[in-house]
Amino acid sequence: MSTRSRIAIGTVLTLVACATAQRADQPAPRYGEPVSAAELARWDISIPPGGAGLPAGSGTAREGLKVYEQHCLACHGAKGVGKPADALAGGIGSLATKTPLRTVGSYWPYSTTLFDYVRRAMPLNNPLSLSDADVYAVSAYVLFLNGIIAEDTVMNAQTLPQVKMPNREGFISDWPPRPRN
Amino acid sequence: MKDRRLFLRRSAAVVSGAAAAALVGRASAEPLAGEPWERVYGAGFTRYGQPSRFEQPVGRHFGQPYGELAPGSGAALSPIEALEGIITPNPVHFIRSHSGTPDIDPKAHRLYIHGLVDRPLRFSVDALLHYPRITRTYFLECSGNSSRALTPQPAQVPAGAMHGNISCAEWTGFPLRMLLEEAGVRPQAKWILAEGADSAHMSRSVPLEKALDDAVIALYQNGERLRPEQGYPLRLLLPGWEGNMSVKWLRRIKLTDEPTHTKDETSKYTDALPDGRALQFTFEMGVKSVITRPSSTMQLAERGFQEISGIAWSGAGRVRRVEVSTDGGKTWAEAALTGAERPRALVRFRYPWQWNGGTALLQSCAIDEKGNVQPVRRDWVARYAPDARFHNNSIVSWAVETDGRVKHVYA
Repeated sequence: MSTRSRIAIGTVLTLVACATAQRADQPAPRYGEPVSAAELARWDISIPPGGAGLPAGSGTAREGLKVYEQHCLACHGAKGVGKPADALAGGIGSLATKTPLRTVGSYWPYSTTLFDYVRRAMPLNNPLSLSDADVYAVSAYVLFLNGIIAEDTVMNAQTLPQVKMPNREGFISDWPPRPRN
Repeated sequence: MKDRRLFLRRSAAVVSGAAAAALVGRASAEPLAGEPWERVYGAGFTRYGQPSRFEQPVGRHFGQPYGELAPGSGAALSPIEALEGIITPNPVHFIRSHSGTPDIDPKAHRLYIHGLVDRPLRFSVDALLHYPRITRTYFLECSGNSSRALTPQPAQVPAGAMHGNISCAEWTGFPLRMLLEEAGVRPQAKWILAEGADSAHMSRSVPLEKALDDAVIALYQNGERLRPEQGYPLRLLLPGWEGNMSVKWLRRIKLTDEPTHTKDETSKYTDALPDGRALQFTFEMGVKSVITRPSSTMQLAERGFQEISGIAWSGAGRVRRVEVSTDGGKTWAEAALTGAERPRALVRFRYPWQWNGGTALLQSCAIDEKGNVQPVRRDWVARYAPDARFHNNSIVSWAVETDGRVKHVYA
């Protein structure tokens, strides 16, 4: 190796060492862009149990039957009996038996989860396509199939979070973690 | 051929003594050894390599509960019975998806961070590629892994078809904490809601504590950009926690004061108990191991030396010890470990064994650095409801029969 190239490498190593030392004191990069509430509203689709973020609109089970027949029945069966996809109705009182049937009615703790999930993911082959009124209506229909609300009970941003699901008290939170055994 | 022999004979002639006589004798009897591929010029380069055509049968095992109706819903399990070492090659890393794999254009993809923050922010993928990176090796396990080992009768399928919802990769990205601090976490924030850009918009609530601790925004897997089925262009990675929470195709993080109680943290990924109740938010994956060689559907070729080998892991940290039994748990011996220095990564264990041609019952039991011990199957089954299928970390049993066949048994 020539003297010249040894000097060149020495210079590079010194530069790298300096750059690394400097970076430790540099502020973290900030590449996020400010975003408006209006833009976020189009993306923010998660609905917690309290119902914050539920949209305008309303529907009843009677209206929801039509939505169900058109978009849901092929996979979830007549009256939510299931096959090939999950059963949506029935099984209330079965959870402690040898043959538990876990459905929206028997297992899900919050009605808001039903609205949230239908709106974000259903129907499987065409999600984000149902109107908010249709999502309220078909949610009402599934709750009605389980005997939780009446056929004409209006589901909207105020009434849906007030629906008390049969298995509301059926879960034990493991966070923060409890000791095992 | 005649000319070749002549050439060899002439070449040998310049060598003197006894060695020369030996060379001449061999050369004149047979041509030089060499298989057909040693006698032709090999194939040219490929831009992106593929395994040998003779290894083509190695591939993921499909679990598609809805069949062709929804071919991307369910799981493609890693063929752990055919893999070695610790790192899962990207093409056979397990896949669990709810509505298939989205075809995301990174130029159009955005990540939003909002909710209980001082500054709601939007990030392009290009921007995310500019953060200073870290590289970590972590396992990912679907919490529904090994649910197929809970059927009434033990399935006679390869180990990976039951226990292959586990993989381990070297992930490169940066701490999620950097983005949360950039947005400014408000004191009321206790959870984040992480959401994917797949058509299921898969979403999970994650305690803020974990998000600020070791959560990673992963961009690369085993040195290359994430594959579409692993969350391209970016995914969340929560070391040691149930795979479902490491949300792929991450598009939105909302900071909240309470968990959102999404579909996949209420109706699914909850652990049903015999009394009808269920545990919710059981995030950490339990200590676990499985013998991959020999394993279910394999055949021992001959008596004598057999290496028993498998994988072990714990969501709580490092694997401290793996013990192997060849007599159904009557006696145990400690296996040698590779990779045990890394927390929340796969460990490879090996144990030398002499098969004498009799029956044997092979089991492995992992113990982690927190003292957690992998449970026996009957204890695990007794703890949960009859249809429970998450967090099964119980001991796996393979029976070796006198003809060398290896069967899956419940013991």
